Parts: sequence; structure tokens; C-alpha cells
Amino acid sequence: MEDKLFTYLWRHSRAEQFRVMAVVLCSLPFYYLLLDLPKLIVNGPIQGKGFEEGAATYFGITLPGWLSGATLFEGFTYTQLQALFVLSGVFLSLVIVNGLFKLRINTMKGRMGERLLRRLRYDLVDRVLRFPPSHFRKTKPAEVASMVKDEVEPIGGFIGEAIATPLFLGGQALTALIFILVQSFWLGLVAFAVVLIQGIIIPRMRRPILALGRKRQLQARELAGRVAEICEGASDIHALDTSNYERADVSRRLGSIYDIRFEIYQRKFFVKFLNNFLAQVTPFIFYSVGGYLAIMGDLSIGQLVAVIAAYKDLPAPIKDLIDWDLQRHDVQIKYEQVIEQFNPEGLTDAALQAPADEPVPPLAGDVSAFHATIMDDSGTRLLDAVSFTFPLAAHVAFMGPPGGGKEVAAAMLARQLVPRSGTLTIGGIALASAPESLTGRRISYVTHDSFVLPHTIRENLLYGLKNQPLGSSARSAAEEAAHQARLAETIRAGNAPYDPDAQWIDFALLGCTSPDGIDAALVRVLETVLLTDDIFRLGLQGRIDADEAPELAGRILEARRDLKERLTARGTPELVEPFDVHRFNRQASIGENLLFGTPVGPAFAHAGLAENGFVIGILRETGLEERLIDLGRQIAETMLELFRDLPPDHPFFAQYSFIAADELPSFQQILQRAGRTGLTASDRARLLTLAFAYVDARHRLGLVDDSLRGAILSARALISGRLPENLKGAIAFHNAQEFNEASSVEDNILFGRVAYGVPDAQTIVSNLLFEAIKAMGLEPQVLRIGLDFQAGSAGKRLSPAQRQKLALARVLLKDPDLLIVNGALVVLDPREAREVMERVLKARKGKGVVWTLTGTSLPPAFDRALEFSGGRLPDTRAGQGEAGLTQAAK
Amino acid sequence: MSINEEVEALRRVPFFAAVDPAKIKLLAFASEQQSFAAGATIFREGDPGDAAYLLLEGEAAVMAAAPDGLHKVASIPRNAFLGEIAILCNIPRTATVVAAEPIRALKIGKDAFLQLMRDVPQIAFELMRELAVRLDETTDRLREAQARLKKAGMA
Repeated sequence: MEDKLFTYLWRHSRAEQFRVMAVVLCSLPFYYLLLDLPKLIVNGPIQGKGFEEGAATYFGITLPGWLSGATLFEGFTYTQLQALFVLSGVFLSLVIVNGLFKLRINTMKGRMGERLLRRLRYDLVDRVLRFPPSHFRKTKPAEVASMVKDEVEPIGGFIGEAIATPLFLGGQALTALIFILVQSFWLGLVAFAVVLIQGIIIPRMRRPILALGRKRQLQARELAGRVAEICEGASDIHALDTSNYERADVSRRLGSIYDIRFEIYQRKFFVKFLNNFLAQVTPFIFYSVGGYLAIMGDLSIGQLVAVIAAYKDLPAPIKDLIDWDLQRHDVQIKYEQVIEQFNPEGLTDAALQAPADEPVPPLAGDVSAFHATIMDDSGTRLLDAVSFTFPLAAHVAFMGPPGGGKEVAAAMLARQLVPRSGTLTIGGIALASAPESLTGRRISYVTHDSFVLPHTIRENLLYGLKNQPLGSSARSAAEEAAHQARLAETIRAGNAPYDPDAQWIDFALLGCTSPDGIDAALVRVLETVLLTDDIFRLGLQGRIDADEAPELAGRILEARRDLKERLTARGTPELVEPFDVHRFNRQASIGENLLFGTPVGPAFAHAGLAENGFVIGILRETGLEERLIDLGRQIAETMLELFRDLPPDHPFFAQYSFIAADELPSFQQILQRAGRTGLTASDRARLLTLAFAYVDARHRLGLVDDSLRGAILSARALISGRLPENLKGAIAFHNAQEFNEASSVEDNILFGRVAYGVPDAQTIVSNLLFEAIKAMGLEPQVLRIGLDFQAGSAGKRLSPAQRQKLALARVLLKDPDLLIVNGALVVLDPREAREVMERVLKARKGKGVVWTLTGTSLPPAFDRALEFSGGRLPDTRAGQGEAGLTQAAK
Repeated sequence: MSINEEVEALRRVPFFAAVDPAKIKLLAFASEQQSFAAGATIFREGDPGDAAYLLLEGEAAVMAAAPDGLHKVASIPRNAFLGEIAILCNIPRTATVVAAEPIRALKIGKDAFLQLMRDVPQIAFELMRELAVRLDETTDRLREAQARLKKAGMA
């Protein structure tokens, strides 16, 4: 990228800048006319000069004397009043014309600025995508993000101003100055002198402010980085009790930012004072000197008025011009500082990332390294002149002690690290200069911190197949036109013209011809990495839209009946207590029993239930309100008794308490109020909330008797019977014959609650539920629902083991010629990791695998092993696999 | 049976006798009541020890494996505490225990039990005393058995 802002500007917006300049130049004569007209009006119609004979001629065009002096146009003749209104009318139209010019110029500048800002941001992100992987160890993501997002923003605002503004303002100032000079040479000279002082002194005084601004920006960026670090290290900060040290550090940084900012203010306002003073001193000269000249008769009153009017317009452009100069400096510095950060050594050549024009041929032959050396930033040799050769199709274990070089070698094969010297070829192709379309598709690399996107599991799996757009997306004619317009603008701004809505997924790679066949391929890789059960469980927790999939909903209802039969056949129907509108469900909470359905939206959800006026009304009517508040009070008393003496971070709070540790004191106050002054409305709601969560079978406080159950049943009937129109649909009532869209698939099949107090009930029911699903042939559908599970930001909704398996499944789906697994399963327990490894190796029979292993013994599934130690390769061991693939290393 | 009865039962266990009733109640609250039909297995030899049980109602039988199947070797009366050794030292169950008749038991999870022990060192102390007594008894029996063996060998 160009390292000077103006070079960058010139290169990418030259044509547009010219267009803006042309419009600016066109606007100047009108501006001059606008200045000139007041003089005409005052001197002519108002003072009556030239109307001595009753009428005067205006708008005549006469060539100047040195050009023959011929009259081209006679002009119009007006009376004094006519002239006043015509000239005022002309003045008004000139005001409009000038305004329109300004509007046009601003629009053009704005569009140019936004376009260039878009290009600049795109270029920066493009560079981030081309950073060498090792560069990310030195950069803080928060800083890079803040540069792309915030720091270039003012640059974009400036781009539109960069060339047009000085031209426009300079032109304006010059016009005004010339105008004054024409009216009175001496006054013009005075104005010129003041402008000169302003133009020279003020920018000079502002320079240090800029330097301070630069410092401020660097410190602010560092602060952003520090805040990000605090967020990332939050748990360690707590664990090590270093929060106060962090506070000290942040305070100091904020302090020095404060100092800089205050210094800037002091200087800024002094300059402002000076600037204002200079601007005000000139009118003083005009009034005194100009007035003197007018009185003496050297200057007409009209001229003086016009000069003063023109001068009124002079400081504004000058001031803006000075501001522009300041902004230019500022932005130039910002630009340079940003660009510096985006120019690391070893930036990937853009051509290597270009989409492939033709299908990428499979790799074949040998993987071969010759004297490959990798160094870290400090010059330590992580890999020291290592040479090896093995057939691409072999299964090779990279072994040796941690830090011995196996991880580095694996990363090198995936081009995550680039050898300082030596060569690395695969199938005769030099890896260093191979396009990414080859390395990224024919070679797959997965490591322990592989990235999980904040999308569904399915999208995460398919992400690796989105290498380039393969077909366009279907659009209506109107959408297509809009798309083409957007595309044209995209190209004008120098952005990538790829369409994210296009068909990106290479179905041929999955061995299927259409999107419908994808799931089978996905399930296959999930099976290989032992993730199927997890996805299945996620699917059980998922919900479906019965209108969209009525057939599926019907089969889930069948599974519900099937599960019931299985429970009965086993002789243990009591393991699940079904929902029955006429019976109190002892395994469900009081709130669940009241609603007898699943809340949809916040109206009846757990937190809002106790404040739902409709529900409270019914509780009051059935006499339940006081009883439940009393029940809540008893729960609160018990909780206080049980948890009062525990430290707030005691694990029991999270596991067992109805009341969070920090709420205990407020409940103590509520109980005191209950005894003395009476409860407030919010106290009542909080006690009710406790009561709603209570499950007698589970919590065993012995607070629910038959009469309470009966009362809850009658309230339940009233709630469903009287549900007001505006709350219809806010509860999805349980119905044995119907699918409940608000409940998960699992809850729909269970249609009840698993009994407490029966040993292993949960496990037994889970197993029966699984059998019922299999019997109904619902397994693929449940898996599909699981695939639609949102992984959350950075995959946080998945466990670490699930994330690592998902990352491995994603690269398996690509079916590369060489799969490199570099410590990618470290969070799995060793037994499971080994099983996954064996399954992957089996699935990839005949296709290359490199796997870094921590143990010392070579599993028989590998063809051979390379043992790295101290960055070298002392000797090579043959595996017990296919003997034909075993070769001695060089 | 409500939590108060569980608390009563827990307090009859020797090493809980001296503990603050509120803490005992907390332990009961953090535990789970389970019912076992006659003949049902409470835990099996070799299972990981994840919980201790307090028999609230009914009698349990300790079974030992023999070539011809399981044999009852001892019975555990009502109000007895069982399975605590396995959760203390992280070893698998040393014997199989089944319900001799319909049983209700309080299942005390390992984490809750250990946490309570950490909070109330007194329990650990009482438990230590209890284990020491048992060790003493076992040693006595061992000595007795050795003496008998010796006698038999001499005869």
C-alpha cells in the first residue's frame, strides 16, 4: 500500500477528484457575482445612482476596451423600483445557485470519501487476510480491529475534502480578496496581510498539538489493547488477586492520556483565541480606515458595504483552510501509523490467494523437506536443517518430546510457518510458492485452537468448503438489478467482487450433487470423530416448527406413544410422570403445574410469572396467592437457615440454593418485613417466584399438601379457560395428542417429567427415549436439528472437546490429500483421543495423514514415524503398517 | 418423608452427631432420596464410588461373588451409613450391595459430602475416630484369625 496518504488518494480517486474540481471551478464565478451584487443594489436602486434620468440599464455585456470595446448585448432598462426588485431577485437566485453548487460538491465529496474509506478498510482487512500466520502472535486483535473500525474513520471523512476543499476554500478566499482589492487597494492589502499572518502563524502553533494528538492516539490504542487483555485474562486476574495491580496500571495510562489531552486543550484554546482576535481586528481596520476613506470620498458607501460583506466571508474560508491543513496533517499521521501496522514482513502475495480458474488437481508423490530451517523471532532454531521424505499417501506420526520440533514441522507442512532456508515440496510442487487454492484445499491442517464460527454446527462444518463462488444465486429481476448496481459500486471501490450469497460449497467434494445429500456426508464425519452422540443430544434439546415439518412432528408424537409403551413394557411406567391436565405433576415445579404448558416469550416465563397481572388475579381469586407467598416465605427461611453461614462463592449456592448468595441479605429483610411492617409488592413477587420454582419431590421440604394441589389444579383450569386475547399464544399448553412447538424435541417425546428418587431414572429414560427415536426412524432428523444448533461466539456454547472434534470433522469433510493433525485433540481424554485417531486413520486409508503424537510408543496404525528432538531429526522408525510405504529418511 | 426426618436420621450417624443441625440439613438438602425395590442393586463391586447412602427405611445386604453366583455375606441395618469409604479415597466399590427389602435411602453425592467435610472439619475428625475404631476392630479380628490359624497349624 502507498505509504503517503496523498499518493493513495491520487491513485484511487484521481478521476473523481478532477470531476469535483471542475464543479468547484464552475461555481466560483457565481460566488463572485454573489459578492458583487450587494454593491450594485446599494449603489444603484437604493442610493439612486444612475437613475437620475428615471431609468438605468443593467446586464449589458460590453467587451473591455483592449478587445475592441464593442457592445455585445444592450441590456435591459429598468426604473429605480424595478431595478431594486430585479436585482434582489437575481441576488436570491444566485444564493440558490450557490447553495445548489455547494450541495452538489458536498454530495460528490461525500460519495468519494465513503468510496475511498470503503476501499481503505477493505485493503486493510485484505492485508490482515494476507498476514503471515506468525504475525498474529505479535498483534493484538483488539488493536487491529480498532484501527480498521475507528482510526481510519476520520481519514474517510477527510478524503472527500483532500483536494476539493482547499481548492474551493482557496478559490473562495481568493475571490473575496480580489474583490476587496478591486474595490480598494489599501483595504485589500490590509486584509491580505491579516490572512497571511493567520495562514502562517496559526498552523505553526498547531504543529505541537498534532504531535500530542499522535501520542494520544498511540496511548489510546495501547489502552484498548490493555482492556482487551484484562477481559481475556479475567479469570487469572481473579485467581491471582491482581485486580488492584491492573487498576494501578489502567489508572496510570488514563493519567497520561489525561495529561496529553489537557495539554492539547490548553494549546488549542490559545490558538483559538489568537485566531478569533485576528479575525476581529480586521473589521476594526475596515470600519476605521474604510469609514475614513468613505467620508473623504475615496470610497463609495456601496463599495464599503460590499468590502465589509466580502470580508465577512473571508475569515470563514481562511479558517476552514487552516483547519483543513490541520486535518491534513492529522490524517496523514493517522494514515501512516495505521499503514505501518499493516505492512508486516512476509505478507502473502495477493496472487497466491486468487481463486482457482480450473479444478485444483490432486497432489501425488512424496512429501519432501530438504534442510528446512525454521526460526522464531529471537533467532532460535525451532527446526534445524531437517530433511525427510515420505510418500504423500502414508500415515506418518511426528513424535518426540514437547518442543522437540514435531509441532513446528507439522505447522510448516501446512505453511503456517515458512522455512528460513531449505526447501519443502509436496509432489514436486514447492510449498512456499504454491497458491493457497492448492495448499488450502489439497492440504488440511487442524490444531488445538482451531476457530469455531458463531454460526450453526452445520455452517461450521461446511465452512472449509467455501473456497470460491461456484454458481450465482437465484434472484428475481428486480433483485438482480439491485445486485448489479451494488456490484458496480463494489468494483468502483476496489473491493472483491465475489457474491457471498452465491453457491460456494463444492458439493462434488462431498460426493453429492445437490444440497440435499449434504447431511449424509456430515453425519459420516461426525461419526468418525465421535461427535454424533453430542449432536444428537443437542438435537433433542432443539425445537422444530410443526407447520414447516408436519410429518416430523407427527412422527415425534408417535415416538411419544412408543416411549410410553416401552416404559410400561419394562414395568416401570412411574419413571416418567406424564402431563395430565386433571392431575398435579409431582415431579414438576409449582409454576409448571400452574401453567401446564411451555411459556412462549417473556409474559409467562419464569422471571415474569410472579408479575403477570392475569396470573396474580387468578391466584388471588382461588386464595392461592397468600398460600404461595407463605410457601415462598418458608422456602426463604429454610434457605437462610441453610446457606447463611456459607461464603458467597461456595459451590453449593450455584448447585442447590433457590437464592443467589448476593440476594440472601435482601431476603432476610423481606422476612423481617413479613413479620413486622408487611410485604411490599415486589417482596410478594419475589416470594412467589421462589414458590413457583419449588418441586416437592425434589426439594423435600414437605410444603405441598393435597389441598394445595387441588387449589393449584383449579387455578390451572382458570388460567387456560380465561386466557385473555392478547396473551393467547404466550403459553403452549400441554396436550397429549398434539405437538408442542415451544418445547424441545426431547420434552415432546417425554411428555412429562422424569421421576425424582428413582435410582438411575434419568439414564434409563434416556436409553428408552433413544430406542423410541430409533424405532421411529427419527435419528437422522434429530441429528439434523442438532446440526442447526448455534455454536455461539467462538463456539462457547460447545464444550472444548466438542469444539476440537468439530474442527477435526471440518477438515475431514474437505477430504484433502494430506491431513495434518497437530495436537488437535489435547482436551479429549487420552482414551477417547486415541479412538478418534484410529477412526480417522481408518477413514483415510490410502490418503496422507501427519499426526503429532505425545507418547513414545508408535501406534500400529501408522506406517512410519519421524522422531523430532531438539529441532532435529536423529533417526526414523518404521511403523508396523504397510511395509511397502516404509522408506528410510534422508 | 420430608427433609426433617432425613436430618434426624443423619444425626443418628455417629460422626454427624456433633455437627451443627443447620449443616446437617444442608447436607440433606443437597442429597437425593431414592427408593429401591427389594432385590434392586444399590451399587456394584467395581463401580466408581460417586455417592454414600444412608438407609432411611429397610435393610440392605452385602453380597460377595462366588463361583456359583452372589452370596449374602452381611446385612446392613436401617439408619446405617454405607459406601463412605469409596468416596473418601477414590477407590471403586469393594462389594455389591442390594436391597434386602424395599428400601428408601438418602443418596449423598461425593462432591457434597467432601465439601461439607471441608467446611466442617469436625466431621472429618469424627470420621477419623470412627475409622480408627473400625481399624482397631479389624486388627483385633485379624489377630484372632491369625491366632486361630496358628492353632490349627499346630494341631
